[in-house]
Amino acid sequence: MGFTIKVNGNTHSVDVDGDTPLLWVLRDVLGMTGTKFGCGMALCGACTVHVDGAAARSCITPIDSIGTSAITTIEAIGATAAGAKIQKAWLDLEVVQCGYCQSGQIMSASALLASKPHPTDGDIDDAMSGNICRCGTYVRIREAIKQAGQSTGRGG
Amino acid sequence: MILDHIASQRGDSDQSGSAKDLSRRMFLRAGAAAGGGLMLSLSLPFASSEVEATDGDSFVPNAFIRIDGDGQIVLTMPYVEMGQGTYTAIPMLIAEELEVDLKQVRLEHAPPNEKLYANPLLGVQATGGSTAIRAAWKPMREAGAVARTMFVSAAAKRWNVDPASCRAQSGEVLHAPTGRRLKYGELAADAARLPVPEHVALKHPEDFKLIGRPAKRLDTPAKVNGTAVFGIDVRPPGVKIATLAQSPVFGGRVKSVDDTAAKAVKGVSQIVRLDDAVAVVADHMGAAKKGLAALAIEWDDGPHAKLSTADIAAELEKATLNSGPVAQNIGDVDKAMASAVTKIEAIYQVPFLAHATMEPMNCTVHVRKDGCEVWVGSQVIGRAQVVAAKTAGLPLDKVVAHNHLIGGGFGRRLEVDGVTRAVQIAQQVDGPVKVVWTREEDIQHDMYRPYWFDRISAGLDEKGMPIAWNHRYAGSSVIARWLPPAFNNGLDPDSTEGAIDLVYSLPNMHVEYLRVEPPGIPTAFWRSVGPSHNVYVTESFVDELAAAAKQDAVAYRRALLDQAPRAKAVLELAAEKAGWGRSLPQRVGRGVSVQFVFGTYMAQVAEVEVSKNGAVRVRRVVCAVDCGTVVNPDTVQAQIQGAIIFGITGALYGEITLKNGRVEQTNFDTYQMLRMNEVPAIEVYIIQSSEPPGGMGEPGTSAIVPAVTNAIFAATGKRVRKLPVDAAALKQSA
Repeated sequence: MGFTIKVNGNTHSVDVDGDTPLLWVLRDVLGMTGTKFGCGMALCGACTVHVDGAAARSCITPIDSIGTSAITTIEAIGATAAGAKIQKAWLDLEVVQCGYCQSGQIMSASALLASKPHPTDGDIDDAMSGNICRCGTYVRIREAIKQAGQSTGRGG
Repeated sequence: MILDHIASQRGDSDQSGSAKDLSRRMFLRAGAAAGGGLMLSLSLPFASSEVEATDGDSFVPNAFIRIDGDGQIVLTMPYVEMGQGTYTAIPMLIAEELEVDLKQVRLEHAPPNEKLYANPLLGVQATGGSTAIRAAWKPMREAGAVARTMFVSAAAKRWNVDPASCRAQSGEVLHAPTGRRLKYGELAADAARLPVPEHVALKHPEDFKLIGRPAKRLDTPAKVNGTAVFGIDVRPPGVKIATLAQSPVFGGRVKSVDDTAAKAVKGVSQIVRLDDAVAVVADHMGAAKKGLAALAIEWDDGPHAKLSTADIAAELEKATLNSGPVAQNIGDVDKAMASAVTKIEAIYQVPFLAHATMEPMNCTVHVRKDGCEVWVGSQVIGRAQVVAAKTAGLPLDKVVAHNHLIGGGFGRRLEVDGVTRAVQIAQQVDGPVKVVWTREEDIQHDMYRPYWFDRISAGLDEKGMPIAWNHRYAGSSVIARWLPPAFNNGLDPDSTEGAIDLVYSLPNMHVEYLRVEPPGIPTAFWRSVGPSHNVYVTESFVDELAAAAKQDAVAYRRALLDQAPRAKAVLELAAEKAGWGRSLPQRVGRGVSVQFVFGTYMAQVAEVEVSKNGAVRVRRVVCAVDCGTVVNPDTVQAQIQGAIIFGITGALYGEITLKNGRVEQTNFDTYQMLRMNEVPAIEVYIIQSSEPPGGMGEPGTSAIVPAVTNAIFAATGKRVRKLPVDAAALKQSA
């Protein structure tokens, strides 16, 4: 069955089963590999995207649930104010190690910052504890979110 | 220093050669690069001799520095980037001596070639064992210095001045008396025609501009915007996606498959049946997974159908009842033990552990009639090429292997079982196929950190100080399989590192290691390898001795460190910064560990809170480290932070168990990882040193585990002798 979805402002038509997770449509059908596969059960957050601005785990989001919602992925998050601040803070504080989970971390952090411009430690725990980083970059992720929360203006 | 030990067995024990020695031991060659620039090649000692024997005078280089006419410097990286920062630190070594800006350096992954790109400390083309900086420290700087010297000579010749009146800086040569300058790019063609100097001077540490200062990672920008290409991201034209089910019991076989329902799934194109696995090939992973779930597979479980972890532990325990190969013997333990005032003994056990890299196992393969192409992120790309050729039945030169960024290695990608499997599947598929393990398949068909069983005892004198130390343990030797020449007389340098070379002065010490390979479960290296076990056991036991002697854990250790000033210094620094000795609330305790492994001295103090119901929370960790010369201090900080979190995850949660031959854990719900809300505050203090660099990827992991368990003892009075920590055993009695 065909579905039409809006990703990063572009419209795509795909022919897959309705229960196909968005993750695989993005990665394998549309070739947008920035969104990562980690667990397939919403346990690790590597696949996080935004659906109408809210963080969602694309590995358990069926394509037939999306309708006209706007999907934003790591490839375009830098075009949002919060996403740009987060990306800059990630580079400034040298957060990244292997980098595999960081697309999902950045998407979760951007959604947090967009809804709470000055997040507390508790806010960070709540928003980020669904994202696993095996390299253990959590200490710097927390610092980077705080730095992005202190910066003002687009791109910090 | 296990890997130095391996190197010495290969006749390369000269770690301290002068520049002259280096030029004899290293073969350097300059020549015109294809683009008319200077190409400088270097080859490391034992690799080059092999090459010379086979190729006569046309020896092939080990690593390339290519400098094009436009001044672009291209470095072929023999070590793979998996988050440890090697793609920044290795270029720093070259750029430092070459006198160029790090921004001018461009990197390429090295292709597979064991002769050209062998790690001089390991003897194979591998990134692991915290060796990259230790192996590259001299050769890479030497390569940069030779190129710099040749640019200066070329410029001096053109200006007809004394080379001594010229100097290199920021990618150009400057003649100070006249103010003339020439960019490297303008000199590349001239430099390529000059003979390679026999002697070059390496810079003095006080003149370093890059080494020792925080540098921005070169691989990071692509990792924050989704453009970095990991192995799992490759998409050769027409690629199909496959996922697989392997026999749930190691050694089992497929008995029958009903694939009717799977074939009916939209997007599924093919079912591939192997002896011990079934794969579903599809247009996308969603269809492949759906197809896999629709398969009805009957397995013949084979000989390990009833195996459990308890069986393996019992076998290891039994093995330790008999003596084994002697890994260390100092003084006379039996005599000393007989004269001891106090005797203490304990049994320790550590579990099998999975790697659970965030990027699940994957490998993309295109098998054609006359060749094979492989795309994979590997710590051993040369081995990947070899097994692909062997599996496909092709000559090595018909296999092209592309290496990619690694989404977490930790030892998992030192193995090539996934490449073999992907080639087996690809042989039956027309066109390229990307084989992607589900997380469940990744955890249940890992190759695991071995289970170890330890018996350890000590005798104390009237002052409570150790006069006898007797340690015997049994477990798998990964080295015996992975690098057989390094397994000798029943011993290997990895299984014993951290057990036979303690930082403490122990007058009478006896250590035996028994290699016992468990049936029905494969083992492999895991971040901090042998020391992940040995440091936990020895540092826990030293803590037991201090407690038995009714002495402070730091003071007790310090008293044993007169012969190890660098160890003493890190211990004192960590204790001071942690506020050791200051009072803490009930059920909160501090624990300490000290170690010298991977060429690096480290001490950690963990502060742990144990709730009434036994839940353990690590609140704060202080780490002091002396890793010799620091190349990129920001990376040292990052590696220690990450390694500590990796170790806490292992200590609190890590356990792979077998039941009826099957791994019981499946995904991150049953194989848990430390998460943001559980992460302690971490402070890292680096001791300035001009000693050669030590390894940095792993020491933080082995050091944190006993620091945490010793802190649990301080908080509760309960000693943790078996990992992971059992919260139920730490419950406060009513």
